[in-house]
Amino acid sequence: MSKHDDDTFIEMKGIGKQYGGVTALEDVDFRVKSGEAICLAGENGSGKSTLIKILVGVEQPTSGQIFIDGKSYNHLNPRQAAAVGISVIFQDFSLFSNLTVAENIAFATHLSEKKRLFDRSATRRIAQEALDRIGVEIDLDARVETIPVAHKQLVAICRGLASNARLIIMDEPTTALTGREVQALLRIIRKLKDSGIAVVFVSHKLAEVLEVCEEVFVLRNGTNVADGPACDFDAASLTRHMTGRNISEAKPPLNIDQAKNLLVVDQLGKLGAFEDIDFELKEGEVLGISGVLGSGRTALAKALFGLVAPDRGSIALSGKNVALGNPIAATQAGIGYVPEDRLTEGLFLTQSIIRNVSVGRFDHHRSGGFLDLASLVNEARGWIEKLRIKAPDFEAEVKSLSGGNQQRVALARWLSQAPRVLVLNGPSVGVDVGSKADIHAIIRELAESGIGIVVISDDLPELLATCGRILMMKDGRIDSIVMAEETNEIELAAKLAS
Amino acid sequence: MKIFFWKSLATKNETLVAVVIVAFCLLATFSDPLFLSVTTLTDLLRASVVIGILAVAAMMVLISGGIDVSFTAIAVFAMYSTTVLTLGVMPDMPWYCIFAISIGIGAILGAINGFFVVICRLPTLIVTLGTLSVFRGFLLTFIGSQRISALPPEMRGFSRMMITRGTTEAGSFYAIPWAVAALVIVVLLTLFILHKTMLGRSIFAIGGSLESARRIGINVRGAQFFVYCYVGALAGLAGIIHGAMGRMADPFSLVGLELSVIAAVVLGGARLIGGYGTLTGTLLGVSLIVLVENSLIVVGIPSTWQFVTIGLLILLGTGLPAWQAKRAAAKSA
Repeated sequence: MSKHDDDTFIEMKGIGKQYGGVTALEDVDFRVKSGEAICLAGENGSGKSTLIKILVGVEQPTSGQIFIDGKSYNHLNPRQAAAVGISVIFQDFSLFSNLTVAENIAFATHLSEKKRLFDRSATRRIAQEALDRIGVEIDLDARVETIPVAHKQLVAICRGLASNARLIIMDEPTTALTGREVQALLRIIRKLKDSGIAVVFVSHKLAEVLEVCEEVFVLRNGTNVADGPACDFDAASLTRHMTGRNISEAKPPLNIDQAKNLLVVDQLGKLGAFEDIDFELKEGEVLGISGVLGSGRTALAKALFGLVAPDRGSIALSGKNVALGNPIAATQAGIGYVPEDRLTEGLFLTQSIIRNVSVGRFDHHRSGGFLDLASLVNEARGWIEKLRIKAPDFEAEVKSLSGGNQQRVALARWLSQAPRVLVLNGPSVGVDVGSKADIHAIIRELAESGIGIVVISDDLPELLATCGRILMMKDGRIDSIVMAEETNEIELAAKLAS
Repeated sequence: MKIFFWKSLATKNETLVAVVIVAFCLLATFSDPLFLSVTTLTDLLRASVVIGILAVAAMMVLISGGIDVSFTAIAVFAMYSTTVLTLGVMPDMPWYCIFAISIGIGAILGAINGFFVVICRLPTLIVTLGTLSVFRGFLLTFIGSQRISALPPEMRGFSRMMITRGTTEAGSFYAIPWAVAALVIVVLLTLFILHKTMLGRSIFAIGGSLESARRIGINVRGAQFFVYCYVGALAGLAGIIHGAMGRMADPFSLVGLELSVIAAVVLGGARLIGGYGTLTGTLLGVSLIVLVENSLIVVGIPSTWQFVTIGLLILLGTGLPAWQAKRAAAKSA
């Protein structure tokens, strides 16, 4: 047996996990030292969530051993895991939106103390101490539903701290955050590390957290394909290990010099959201719109599709004005919109792929007074094939698909309407690296077929990889227009932060 | 801070309901100067006891993220079978024993709801719709469908126990029965459970997010089971008080009242999605519903308009805050 380092907190050895006949994990060794941050990287289905579930005691390994502070366990249960100080922050934070910040932080602590009576002042004290430890100020008496997303994440971290966490596992910590909020989070992570708390990031968007990590651990198809000090990895090599293939980010720009203007936006403005928005989009052009949260980019995206009604200005498609603030008119004119939050705005999660694709277009499948089911099926099959949607069949619930595939279903719905302009708000939010590259390829193919595409995103590599021009928004105005080929990520990030 | 306070006050259901109550009373006093008298108020108070206890029960279920429509069936079942049992076994039983039996029967019926919701994990609306019908049918088929007006003497005795009584200067009688104290005790007990115990906080947490409650290790099943038993017990209490004060055990009474009760709770700001609800709001909601049901005639509105009025109040009382919230959300987008 190898010599035990004093600061090793958890060591998992030869962990294997089988579900029925399927191997989810095979002979994985994973070690967490106190005060260390680890990147646990892998695509969907790579086994990273299985590994985490074993670590928090929700799943039990079929083989292997777990050592905590040198003590050996065959498996853990959730209570043991919590007792030794393993705390998970789920992607949805698992907070109670109807309770106050203080109660959310202290609830688990009270439970572990097996208290019967609720002590309001102790609750506030515990919460304040946890907030002080990460040096953040949040109103203790505010209901969690009223605080911003970034603060919710901090409340979740504090909840872990309040119950004496020694390891905090963060699932997709940066998905919901803007660039500036990610920086704030990283400062807090450094503080946690200094006080001896270990952090494991589980993510497919790892470049952002790489700088605070000591170790990187990559899983692919249930095995550990790469690990080592974080300084040996960069975004490209991480992607290569995770996907097992090379995904090049740079592509030659599309040639659209000769193309006609498709969409002309003139003097568009909405009080308190954005003003003086002028731009045009050519056929086959991919135009990026970026800006920090609150810069008006989301309101503008919605306004293009009529979900937000502008006060003044006009939107014209091929010279014809489109009625403002009317999604149906926008759809009829040939504008499609894929929302950022596809879970709540874009898709009917409990419905099948075929229903999601065909919704709103039943007129096209009419035969006599009846619905032509065969043509519905053909269409859905066609899109599943064309967009390479991985699903058992077209009757599969959209809920059961991975993020990348869900996004493709949302795309298929709009593409089936044969739009002339497609507005994509955050096209790859919550999508893994491999699928992301595929979605970028799809965007490119669509543009080549002559559709004008607007990509709204704060994912800078994504904008650089897909767009020709990028409009940078600030305080509701277009601050500058950048050519993607003439800039790079660092310059763009600086612009965004300025 | 002060502006924020007034703003949050203005968007609260409680404020809205209170304003409507005051307006209603002013209107009633205007058309009948005798309306605002001790007699009317004590009458309204008496009328609020049963619906008030039921509303507190219904609120607890709503907070936990469920809904219960069977509590009226539980109340009438407990009341009628307790009366039958007492008359058959020991007619002279003291009133507090009769009450305890009724509460116990209610709790057992509540536990049946709890079994289906917690162990079988069925949706609460479906379970309680089913048990509403089953409890009522079982009562009428197996226990009896005759009205009993010869109640056990102690039950009649309870209805005569008054905290205070007297005659106003104008010469009309007024009295506050001890049954009002039952409502006060129920409110205080529920206040304590919801705000001073971890069990109560867990009920709020479960209503806020069931999945998160499981993840941080709240005993979800235990808390839910408690809620349904507690509701059953309160329904048993409300039922027996209803029987005693009406001086009759009527197996056809109470059922049908459940929607008015839930309306009172929702008017008071509890949300059907769970996690929200206050006792102040619930009591205000109850006051408004009782006012409308008993005093509409004073303002000159025919009593057949009760249902329309209650319906409009619900639309206004729950619709307005929802509409304001939506507008605020649209503004910030």
